[in-house]
Amino acid sequence: MTDDSLWTIFLNATLINNFVLAYFLGICPFLGVSAKLETASRMGAAVTFVMLVSSSCAYAIHKLLTAIDAPYLQLISFIAVIASTVQLVEMFIKKVSPALFRALGIFLPLITTNCAILGLALFQTNKGYNFVQCIVYALGAGIGFTIALVLMAGLREKLELAQVPDVVRGTALALMLAGLLSMAFMGFAGLGG
Amino acid sequence: MKQPTTGTDEFVKGLWKENPVFIQVLGMCPVLAVSNTARNALAMGLATLFVLVMSNTVVSLLRNFIPKQVRIATYILIIATFVTVVEYVIQAISLELHKALGAFISLIVVNCLILGRAEAFASKNTLGRSILDGLGMGLGFVLALFCLGAVREVLGSGSLFGLSLFHDGFQNWVVMILPSGGFFTLAGWLLLFNWLKQRRGGEVAG
Amino acid sequence: MSDLPILGATERPSAWKMLRAMVGIGLLCGLFIVAVYQTTLPAIERNKAEALQRAIFQVLPDAKSSMTFRLDGNGRFALLIDGEAEDRLVYAGYDHERELIGLAVEARGMGYQDVITVIYGYSFAADAIVGIRVLASKETPGLGDRIETDETFLKNFEKLDVTLAEDRSAPANPIEAVKHGRKEHPWQVDGITGATISSVAIADILRDSSAFWVPRIRARLDDFRQEEAP
Repeated sequence: MTDDSLWTIFLNATLINNFVLAYFLGICPFLGVSAKLETASRMGAAVTFVMLVSSSCAYAIHKLLTAIDAPYLQLISFIAVIASTVQLVEMFIKKVSPALFRALGIFLPLITTNCAILGLALFQTNKGYNFVQCIVYALGAGIGFTIALVLMAGLREKLELAQVPDVVRGTALALMLAGLLSMAFMGFAGLGG
Repeated sequence: MKQPTTGTDEFVKGLWKENPVFIQVLGMCPVLAVSNTARNALAMGLATLFVLVMSNTVVSLLRNFIPKQVRIATYILIIATFVTVVEYVIQAISLELHKALGAFISLIVVNCLILGRAEAFASKNTLGRSILDGLGMGLGFVLALFCLGAVREVLGSGSLFGLSLFHDGFQNWVVMILPSGGFFTLAGWLLLFNWLKQRRGGEVAG
Repeated sequence: MSDLPILGATERPSAWKMLRAMVGIGLLCGLFIVAVYQTTLPAIERNKAEALQRAIFQVLPDAKSSMTFRLDGNGRFALLIDGEAEDRLVYAGYDHERELIGLAVEARGMGYQDVITVIYGYSFAADAIVGIRVLASKETPGLGDRIETDETFLKNFEKLDVTLAEDRSAPANPIEAVKHGRKEHPWQVDGITGATISSVAIADILRDSSAFWVPRIRARLDDFRQEEAP
């Protein structure tokens, strides 16, 4: 429905309107998993994968629900698909790399409640993207999420060694970092113009 | 172990000691996203409160009916239902509010707070206590959202609920309405809470 | 959602109990949602219609009533029927004597931060755009969002010329944005200093949209007159 070029969509999702730093989606894992660089990048990859799968399913579901005129089932179907995908990914990671499974711990099943994934499904539906645009959007969103997470992890790892007052340590510090990162990313606005 | 608590205790803990936003640091996404004006923050808070109380009620009523294996899936189903309901009700009341809150109404369904309370409390407690718990946590959430929204709107637009507070000489801190402002404001509030906690001799939130 | 090893695994409930819970609750939820949906539908439709009317009357100042038309595959405009896809719509505005005065059209395009959606009114008598209203924008507060509030900027759209060229295939002079204070012709848009990209975005959106719609509308004026205005 829109004639945004694929490149614009991708840039938009990754940098200009980064899901974490501009839309505030995926904050819980962002604050929770971004302490270590390695975990952060693996989490980002898992989230990107789940996004791609959910995005395609969301597109199909939306088409189906429109055809049978049951728009009110949208939210339930989306969340059901996301929950199932996460379950599958969990089982897959457990089989393929038990070490990673342990490292991600509780945060793996928590991907289900990651607003970024549901947010992606909702945004792409509202914008009326076709299938290819959805995939590109999901890819951009996932990569953007990973970039934000990795940047945050890098910064926080360095900050571990700094002298920081107790009241600030922890979440408050992470939030201030996020605020600064968000301001930095604002510099990307106009990139798509 | 766990001391017998009164109903009031269940209600009050959500407001201060176990405040979902400032102490437990849950449900961050909507907190940051729709708190750029006090009105939006309040509306979002109330919508979440409604879903939380209803979900706690239903989960508590059905707690002996839902087998453990399928409990999370069922909770999510129940929560998603109430969120869908809230979304249609808001649209019927005010299209403009619906546009302002956007997709974040739907995102209430993945608010870790609601699922968390269903799992940690409502599934194990009586109806009465579950409702009080939901009310307390929900109001704590509304309070937190309002604190954020008010600060961001006053500093960022020079108004509160749309009413201009300062005369023209006031330079708006536009950054407050932008995403960065959300992060900074929340950090500020958390700082305050941590400091107060430290003064009381407690542990600082990690 | 991975199940931790459960002590006392003999406790595992029957499949029937699990099925009963999920399906039973699922059905109840479904019924509840449908009930709420049906109850709120009239109110929501009413709100949407009112909001649309308000927007149309704002961009077509003399309109008293409006009808929605859709461009079909043959280049003709027909009244929108229930159930048809809601794309390629235009809103015709009529005065109190049921005379056609103009059309309101929605248009979208990329702004500085994200997509901007506007609705603008095209008047036949003036052969120009006579009103614009921003429906959705995420431009920077205090800077880009001045496209919605800056009075000097909005004055551009009281009579933005879109007269067609000789061959009636497109506006003779495409709308273009110019630096603030440099406006010389009625088809130019005086930009906002400090919000260049947002101002240019609005001009581009209007240019592209009017290039598409104005020739088609003018070619089929009678389509809008034939229908009985309410």
